[in-house]
Amino acid sequence: MSSIGTGYDLTTTTFSPDGKIFQVDYAQKAIDNSGTAIGIRCKDGVVLGVEKLVISKMLVEGSNRRIFSCDLHAGIATSGLAADGRQIVNRARAEAANFKNFFGDAIPGEVLCDRIASYKHLFTLYGTRPYGVGTLLAVYDEEGPQLYQIEASGVGMRYFGTAVGKGRQGAKTEIERLKLSEMTCREGVLAVAKIIYQVHDDAKDKAFELELSWVCDESQRRHERVPADLHATAETAAKAALEDDDDD
Amino acid sequence: MIPAPQKHSYALGPGVVAPAMHPEYGRAIQELNNVNYPKAGGQPFVVDAGHGVGGPHQHTQYPYVTGTSVLALKYKDGIMVACDTLGSYGSTKRYKSMERMKPVGKFTLIGASGEYSDFHYIMKLLDELTTDDYCHDDGQNLTPTEIYNYLTRVMYNRRNKFDPLWNSLVVGGFHNGESFLGTVGMVGTCYTDSHVATGFGAHLARPLFREKQYDDMSEDEARALLEDGLRVCYYRDKNSINKFQIAKVTAEGSTISEPYALITEWGYEAFVNPAAAAVGTW
Repeated sequence: MSSIGTGYDLTTTTFSPDGKIFQVDYAQKAIDNSGTAIGIRCKDGVVLGVEKLVISKMLVEGSNRRIFSCDLHAGIATSGLAADGRQIVNRARAEAANFKNFFGDAIPGEVLCDRIASYKHLFTLYGTRPYGVGTLLAVYDEEGPQLYQIEASGVGMRYFGTAVGKGRQGAKTEIERLKLSEMTCREGVLAVAKIIYQVHDDAKDKAFELELSWVCDESQRRHERVPADLHATAETAAKAALEDDDDD
Repeated sequence: MIPAPQKHSYALGPGVVAPAMHPEYGRAIQELNNVNYPKAGGQPFVVDAGHGVGGPHQHTQYPYVTGTSVLALKYKDGIMVACDTLGSYGSTKRYKSMERMKPVGKFTLIGASGEYSDFHYIMKLLDELTTDDYCHDDGQNLTPTEIYNYLTRVMYNRRNKFDPLWNSLVVGGFHNGESFLGTVGMVGTCYTDSHVATGFGAHLARPLFREKQYDDMSEDEARALLEDGLRVCYYRDKNSINKFQIAKVTAEGSTISEPYALITEWGYEAFVNPAAAAVGTW
């Protein structure tokens, strides 16, 4: 970061003289330090993938999830502070349930994105500190499959493909090379797995677990974990691709 | 009670009284609503006029659109449930294509007789429950027994509030290689059995089931027996129509058939002059 706080970073209620809210910048930093999460929108759905860094070898496999469902048709991948992420997911679930209760229909992606964004934004105005979470939101509603990213600042935007966390730069360049509009989610899963393996920094972080989920026609427009067999093929293909690169 | 209006506005038609036309009537409503009326203009439209004056809500305590019997039995592969598709408005055959069976979660199916909007409400509760369960994503799914127990608690809780959900429910399910069949009444009465039926079905169809149902019966046998039950109900229950659906819950999940009609026979002697054997009727 170019400038440091010098007294303007103690609360979100104060701007710095050059127009920054430092607490928000710091929250963003927390996100940038965590394992990569990427999302792509293919022609028949959305795929989410997370590089979940394993803190301890003694953790049970599948612990500390970073991909969650918040309704049948909507899923969230988080990066940043894990506990903050779960809080955001809880809020998203409540919003989705409340919308369904009130309007009798599933919450549209746009609305859910907006609600999460507004919620995060509140914490850049009042309260204790902003949420240190970057959120990728995958929804399949009547409008079709959609991918959103909501930042710590409360900005929510719709994307064809995006990434957050440590490896975001590399991941974004790789996503740009994909022909997303011609890709099915089945192919998308392979691509996502490959990118996550590619951007993983072996030198700094040792072990990681790959988390994959999708909402697509194949999953009956439900957000769910990618089936075990596809997950396995994606993972082996990604590893193989990585070794090929190393050989070159 | 609001006194019955004795005169009506010629402009508005019979049964509708402008407040000015009948001071007594206007005053009665005013007292019931306990509100201050504007000096001019019409009076507000009142639903459930008794509310807030003499006690609790009344309009939820009587069924409006209802469905009749649901029949269900165990067979070799799971559970089979059947009912007609009629929504009666009192004794008017008001809605003829209402689905009264709905799947819940992966392993369960619910059939409902009684008030249809209460059934909607129950389905909404279960929908929230299953969505919550889905989001947990822990490899555990709501089992038929759990859903059944939940429903017994909901129904009993509502009867304790003197505001019962006006339904009799059938819960059928298949989970872990075992079939489940139970019924819950509107006051929380519940039991499980190899065959159940709600409403008239308990009197008309269950005697047949007692005689012929066994847990290892084939799908065809089960269907034939259920159709016999439906037919008997249709003959004797005036609030039913010849448009039925049959649903199965098996290891493969639940399927609900398209509506279809049964072949009926009205030439029986007992039907020709039904009063002949019943002295004192006409």
